[in-house]
Amino acid sequence: MNNGLSTDHLLGIKYLTKEDIDLIFQTADSFKGVINRPIKKVPALRDVTIANMFFENSTRTKLSFELAEKRLSADIINFSSGASSVSKGETLVDTVNNILSMKVDMVVLRHPIPGAALFLSKEVDARIINAGDGTHEHPTQALLDAYSIKEKLGEVAGKKVAIVGDIKHSRVALSNIYALQKLGAEVMVCGPTTLIPKHIAQLGVRVEHNLKEALEWCDVANMLRIQMERQDISYFPSIREYTMQYGLTKKILDGLGKNIVIMHPGPINRGVEITSEVADSDQAIILDQVENGVAIRMATIYLLAAKIDRV
Amino acid sequence: MQSFRMANEIILNSKQFELTINRLCYQLIENHNDFSNSAIIGLQPRGIYLANRLQNVIRKKAGIEVQTGGLDITFFRDDFRRTDRPLIPSATNMDFVVEGKKVILVDDVLYTGRTVRAGLDATMTFGRPSSIELMALIDRRFSRNLPIEPNYVGKSVDTIESERVSVTWLEVEGEDKVILYTPENE
Repeated sequence: MNNGLSTDHLLGIKYLTKEDIDLIFQTADSFKGVINRPIKKVPALRDVTIANMFFENSTRTKLSFELAEKRLSADIINFSSGASSVSKGETLVDTVNNILSMKVDMVVLRHPIPGAALFLSKEVDARIINAGDGTHEHPTQALLDAYSIKEKLGEVAGKKVAIVGDIKHSRVALSNIYALQKLGAEVMVCGPTTLIPKHIAQLGVRVEHNLKEALEWCDVANMLRIQMERQDISYFPSIREYTMQYGLTKKILDGLGKNIVIMHPGPINRGVEITSEVADSDQAIILDQVENGVAIRMATIYLLAAKIDRV
Repeated sequence: MQSFRMANEIILNSKQFELTINRLCYQLIENHNDFSNSAIIGLQPRGIYLANRLQNVIRKKAGIEVQTGGLDITFFRDDFRRTDRPLIPSATNMDFVVEGKKVILVDDVLYTGRTVRAGLDATMTFGRPSSIELMALIDRRFSRNLPIEPNYVGKSVDTIESERVSVTWLEVEGEDKVILYTPENE
């Protein structure tokens, strides 16, 4: 008999077991069915209220969470730091506690500081979902990436996945490494030396600095964006030089002699890490990732909502 | 703590089981003729076995292929966050829309009626059916929580709350039978 998730919050993939991930995938299968019906809504969470608290810019993640919550019939309130009292000097705990006094059961938190979600889960009485904490983790993105790989290739175990680009500043990379390894895949990171964290090999991943070598090795390439907003110094001479070394083009793909799956968590910088031709090709599953994102977030919210105190 | 021994009584043996299924199929054929605009929907997890059996028997007796689906009602239940058991969904296999169709919802045991209430809501997300009928292989009558009554009944039984009715299927458990378990003080 299944007892639900082993955790009360989704703070990072690090805190999930393989069984948790399998349960989220199984539940997401059902929700994927739901969002493809004529009526795409279920009443499961009609007595649950969720606050989406975004202390950092986001388009796709915020929309995806909002849509997932609405399709579950939850009541939602949205908060973004730009237009709030945070600019008047209020602390994170005070801000969240004020919102919780309005009887909110769950908080979806995006914050620029690593560990913000973990900190909040210890300070306030609500289920917390980490929607990205600085350069640390972005668990729902990693879940939807792994789910998309499973959907495309039938299995995650035994597959070789290369994560290419700005590994140093990417929360997607770290969450993906944890998720893929827990599901039995092999992971490689690829990028310029300056954008690969020094001791990342200790996580059990391969490190490669040559894009072509990485692509020859992998079944799936997850192309990451250069996170300019997090870079306070120059990590490479110019964007043009980065593109010449690490930009994925049709020519490189065609030269591989095999079909690999191309993923991108978005937002895409077309012509930098990936050309339009590749991003729009049949090998790319970028838009499937977005669709699966809604199903994965519905599954996560649904399974965590079961942990809210009884009615 | 009291210990209980379960006494059991066979309500339907395999022969009676077969006769009952056959009768239910003839009743369906009588009301739905060629089933051209009808669909049988089994409620997950165990109503699908009845749905599949009906489909097979109708094919054998009348040579008609009835559209049949399996519907999971988990997300429509009214006891989310009210039970110790987590509500984990089963698969939904509905490769048709129910818009304008005459739907027959089927389940193995009808008890409080709450599953059927959820099933009605779940069915409507696939479109607006022209009508919905309800079939239960076993009707535990006089124990309804909601005003829901079946159109087709295999067998009615009078039970009390502590009793349990279990339907086993040839395809799944190796034998067609229905058993009533009654707890007995030792």
